[in-house]
Amino acid sequence: MSILVTPETKVLIQGITGSFGARHAKLSLEYGTKVVAGVTPGKGGQLFESQVPIFDTVDQAVRETGATVSAIFVPPPFAADAILEGVAAGLDLVVAITEGIPVIDMMKVKEAMKGSKTRLIGPNCPGLVTPGTGEKSHGGCRIGIAPGYIHKKGNVGVVSRSGTLTYEAVWQLTTRGYGQSTCVGIGGDPINGTSHLDILKMFNEDPETEAIIMIGEIGGTAEEEAAAWAAQHCTKPIAGFIAGATAPEGRRMGHAGAIVSGGQGTAAGKIAALRAAGIEIAETPSDMADALIRRMKR
Amino acid sequence: MNIHEFQARELFAEFGVATQPGSVANTPTEAETVATGLNQGKLVIKAQIHAGGRGKGTFKNGFKGGVHLCDTPAEAKDLASKMLGQVLVTHQTGPEGKEVGKIFVGEAVDIARELYFAILIDRATSVPVVIASTEGGVDIETVAEKTPEKILRLSINPFLGIMPYQTRLIAASLGLTGPLMNQASKLFTNLYRLFIERDCSMVEVNPLVVTTDGRLMALDAKFNFDDNALYRQPSIVAMRDVTEEDPREVEASKHSLNYIGLDGNIACLVNGAGLAMATMDIIQHAGGSPANFLDVGGGATREQVASAFRIILADSRVKGILVNIFGGIMDCDVIANGIVEAAKETGLSIPLVVRLEGNNVEAGKKTLAESGLKLESGENILDAANRIVAAVKAAA
Repeated sequence: MSILVTPETKVLIQGITGSFGARHAKLSLEYGTKVVAGVTPGKGGQLFESQVPIFDTVDQAVRETGATVSAIFVPPPFAADAILEGVAAGLDLVVAITEGIPVIDMMKVKEAMKGSKTRLIGPNCPGLVTPGTGEKSHGGCRIGIAPGYIHKKGNVGVVSRSGTLTYEAVWQLTTRGYGQSTCVGIGGDPINGTSHLDILKMFNEDPETEAIIMIGEIGGTAEEEAAAWAAQHCTKPIAGFIAGATAPEGRRMGHAGAIVSGGQGTAAGKIAALRAAGIEIAETPSDMADALIRRMKR
Repeated sequence: MNIHEFQARELFAEFGVATQPGSVANTPTEAETVATGLNQGKLVIKAQIHAGGRGKGTFKNGFKGGVHLCDTPAEAKDLASKMLGQVLVTHQTGPEGKEVGKIFVGEAVDIARELYFAILIDRATSVPVVIASTEGGVDIETVAEKTPEKILRLSINPFLGIMPYQTRLIAASLGLTGPLMNQASKLFTNLYRLFIERDCSMVEVNPLVVTTDGRLMALDAKFNFDDNALYRQPSIVAMRDVTEEDPREVEASKHSLNYIGLDGNIACLVNGAGLAMATMDIIQHAGGSPANFLDVGGGATREQVASAFRIILADSRVKGILVNIFGGIMDCDVIANGIVEAAKETGLSIPLVVRLEGNNVEAGKKTLAESGLKLESGENILDAANRIVAAVKAAA
């Protein structure tokens, strides 16, 4: 097994006719992902790439195709509405790729989602990949914007707030012969749907995942919370990397959530918390896979 | 995005948050006019720059202090003439200081008590939180460390907003009783409305004061706005003062580049925010010092890469450049061509190390190798960082 999605998962894409959504919907289809529907209000009845039916509403798409997961590519002003449309349609998982959603909108989305069965990943995230068994991991489930070909089917789980650092870690693993169970980008915003801790718990329970790479960055306390839980409960080896040691206080480093404020959320504090939990620290971003290999041999 | 003190007061006025009467002035004559329109009594004159520490700062013309008290409109005019157009240096501006283009002229108030009140969005619980303390006028982090029992934290339901009972609860905890409780309820309610309607990520009123004549008012405030929401806040965008920002950052924002200036001498150009931060870190790890954070994004064009090079090279502190690209979807050869074009166009004369990985990387490396440019390739990020640090040290 993997976590969250399998190669059989039926995926719909909200915003499939926008340039960003269309480009990545096509790449997912080429990777072999079961993209079964697209949603663009007003374009219901058309076909995407002559094969994927487009619907006006998520509700119709779910009823007609049995999709259980949605990827959201709609622009920031409409993204909160798109997420809640997916929640209302009873999806298992909504993955919000959109970058730049106002934090007050996300605050309302989270409040409105309380008690629903839907899990949200993101926003401002690269999405997730469960690699397939084909050449260059073809046939897997690719939801979002990650490059599919860098993956390899295997037993390492990867969770990160950053897209490119996830790709770095995955590529280092793949080129060293270590495949991945599932790779999850949880996003760089201050309010997100799924935390490092949520994903660590899933990896811990997933029989296919044997080891974990957790990548964090400055801002907030999500990495510390995950590390504290892992120290008590996680049975699998973990390597960690934290970005932002040189970031000046009070400045937002690209990601809306990557900010040190009032001395809280520093890289040094996070690294100390990870170390205290027995997590092997990658000293540099070049060292992520090697750090995990060191930890597995310890 | 940050705003000036006088702009914060304008927002307070718009939302009915009690504050010290006064207005902004651009010239000494305007300062006199503003002062004449205020109630007779002590006046306060404050230089308007974003940096803190104004009261203890010194102007480059030798005039001491960016905050002054006086008694008459004529004195206000005189003080304004010594501050306007002059450069104020405070512990936050750095030695180059900031030119003062505007001053605030207000009624000075006699303070009986100084309190603290802030609203921010709490990441852990994803709801707004009010933080209030009887210890105003000092750094709240110090209060939190030394006397945490003097800080009240109260979560607000985002759909209900701040409830009247909550405003009374906060007022009571601050010792605001009798007529002051009503003033406090109104002030907290209006400030919360301002926080939500203007998409703030933080509003900090420090100090919130009780005057000797029994008025409650916000005396100084710090606002942070959610950059993601600026598209729907034109009145906030209009308050942006680019003269207060790093000119390198202003130029970068024109090209949709995510750039933050630092003090080091090794520039970096990276795709992805996390990788860009990690690249700054690895430069330091290798014994160098990063000159900037620069994320060109996942879909960078050749033009953007070229603009990024121009911004980097316009900075005389920069003695070397590290390009770190993981081309997942992006074609490495497109990036390589962008680098070559930009380097040739800008007449690059400082060391350049490029680390390319990912999609079509072989073609990208070939483009770089055949470009005739004097550049080095890094095998991985650490190797690239070591090479640029060594090259900059060798050239020094």
